[in-house]
Amino acid sequence: MMKTPATSDNRDPLGAIRTRTPARIFTGRSGSAYRTQTQLSLRSDHASARDAVQTDIDWEGDLGPDFLRTWDVFAVSSQARSKAEYLIRPDLGRRLSEQAQAEVASRCAVGADLQVVIGDGLSVAAVIRQVPHLLPLLHADAEKRGWRLGRPFAVRYCRVGVLNDIGELLAPTVLVLLIGERPGLMTAESLSAYMAYRPRSGHTDAERNLISNIHARGVAVEEAADRILRLAERMRRAQLSGVAVKEELGVLAQNAPPLLADE
Amino acid sequence: MSYSTTVRGQRFSFADLREVFAKANEDKSGDRLAGIAATSEQERVAAKLVLADIPLSDIVSNPLIVPAQDEVSRLILETHDQEVFRPLAHLTVGEFREYVLDEDQDGARLGALHWAIIPEVAAAVTKLMSNKDLIVAASKIRNITRCRNTMGQPGVLGIRVQPNHPADDLGGILLSAVDGLLFGCGDAVIGVNPVNESVETVSQILHGLQRLIEAYDIPTQSCCLAHISTQLDSLERGAPVDLLFQSIAGTEAANTSFGINLNILREGRERVLEHHQSREVAWVGDAVMYFETGQGSALSANAHHGVDQLTLEARTYGVARTFAPFLVNTVVGFIGPEYLYDERQIVRAGLEDHFMGKLLGLPMGCDVCYTNHAQADQNSADNLLLLLTAAGCNYFMGVPCADDVMLSYQSTSFHDALGARQLFGLQPAPEFLAWLEQMDIVRNGGLVTPDSSARQRLEEGVRLIA
Repeated sequence: MMKTPATSDNRDPLGAIRTRTPARIFTGRSGSAYRTQTQLSLRSDHASARDAVQTDIDWEGDLGPDFLRTWDVFAVSSQARSKAEYLIRPDLGRRLSEQAQAEVASRCAVGADLQVVIGDGLSVAAVIRQVPHLLPLLHADAEKRGWRLGRPFAVRYCRVGVLNDIGELLAPTVLVLLIGERPGLMTAESLSAYMAYRPRSGHTDAERNLISNIHARGVAVEEAADRILRLAERMRRAQLSGVAVKEELGVLAQNAPPLLADE
Repeated sequence: MSYSTTVRGQRFSFADLREVFAKANEDKSGDRLAGIAATSEQERVAAKLVLADIPLSDIVSNPLIVPAQDEVSRLILETHDQEVFRPLAHLTVGEFREYVLDEDQDGARLGALHWAIIPEVAAAVTKLMSNKDLIVAASKIRNITRCRNTMGQPGVLGIRVQPNHPADDLGGILLSAVDGLLFGCGDAVIGVNPVNESVETVSQILHGLQRLIEAYDIPTQSCCLAHISTQLDSLERGAPVDLLFQSIAGTEAANTSFGINLNILREGRERVLEHHQSREVAWVGDAVMYFETGQGSALSANAHHGVDQLTLEARTYGVARTFAPFLVNTVVGFIGPEYLYDERQIVRAGLEDHFMGKLLGLPMGCDVCYTNHAQADQNSADNLLLLLTAAGCNYFMGVPCADDVMLSYQSTSFHDALGARQLFGLQPAPEFLAWLEQMDIVRNGGLVTPDSSARQRLEEGVRLIA
């Protein structure tokens, strides 16, 4: 049998560098297979991810009544009627239910400079973890820029394509959808921000921009908020969104930590 | 034209070729979602019976998507080799299945037919084949490509090292890459999916990968899998581009949703060929494109024209092959349960895609994968990995412990690569194998323990590079 070092091998001169990635590197091997500990930790993380997908969101219980009150958030549903239906009918998740359309139309102002919408997507955990921190930052920054903000609301069983329906109803200049990403093994708390300039029926991903991986070990919420607002600014200037609008990210490179903390 | 048959006393009629094609498919949630799937097993087999009797010439002369509406349909007709097709034209789809499976049709003979077979014909014959048929037929065909090394020869199984990082951290990316290299992986490409699509990030990744390749003189290719326009912008600002990547689909409208068209692909390829000539690299060939595909993408973009996802995937290969790509892989379980519901459907689609790609002349690889909302797990991935290795798949993905920490899905690992190579007696690409031996990563045909001196040297290099 192969003798292989464990990841925590203290003779390893590069221990510090390992912390630079959450990827499961240098885990050793038994023949061509994983070591037993690796095998079982993969199974354990998969089990958590599977369970996270199946959970239904409880807006009031999960985000807290204080949060909903402070930010004046109300909740509606897509046309999907259950989690199981949501998983196999993306077309339903892209459309607001009739009741949702009426509610959004009556409770939200038309023509905001920036409209934020929250969607459960495939991870309730991501919404719970990131949105309460991200939404206040977005609002504060947008207000600083003097933008008119739409009233935020939440959509259950939500797919990205719902941007078009909301665009048709509310005609915001820039629409931001904060939506839970499909859980991975490393984290079930990763959020995406899908953005579109004046979205309307018929728009596809080619007219959208995405800031993904918003979570503790990915893009921090502060950075995400900054990037969302900068991108919104670029969309407003270019009067379009999608592949033709790119982020300029000098700021990102500067924020990256040095390779080794002790150097 | 009438498409009908009787199965056990029940009459089944199909309005047109498109309906026959859709209903002859094995069950897929995506075809159901599109509302075009067979509604019973008897209807499915009736469609297969009808399809089996249709001459190939009928399929060629009745495009499923009108050429006037779709540049992919036009491309397929323009690139069809009618002369080589002529002796096959009268065969029915059922006869063509037997023709492909016949022992007399070896790899060389099937290889000579690539441009005589249009994607819709490849799709049609696939619908009549069992999983084992797909493996046996595909295993006869080797499609070899060259860039900085040679992929696809008999006895070779390549691996893409996919060292993604959730914040595009170059140190983290390079460390994952080194882990892969020490497992003998990375001959197909060291290819990173960036989180951030900016020119700055993409350039930084491309420069970083290139420094790793140059520092150790590794005979392999690098790639940053951003949108084609971002890669080309990075190239113009001085970043080295070995392989130009793009996700592609089988209809013009679906490609539009990806922000591309055929002309963008053509111009991009020309630009990278020119760029290769200006660099001092010992190229062994001029294949410069890398495409990823997958059943369901056109439907997902509402751009499927009522055509089934298997046929649209074949048309995607019709696009890919006109650009002489170095690598093409279907990302078979990534799209989710709306299109491929469970392990059974993912395995079937993986075998279909690989066979169709090989028949159409592509250097087919496969990202054997699944998402956490699909009814599948790592055992499913193990199964498809071994089936496709038996089928002679050109390459798989190598992700640390199969867990992609950026894309949040599970693929196949460096360990899996080692296992598949050992089980089937396969080796990395020849130039890359020579390098592994020179680095003392491989000795006497086996992997040296990972705590060898090569590991130290590579890790130290990472520290300097990043």
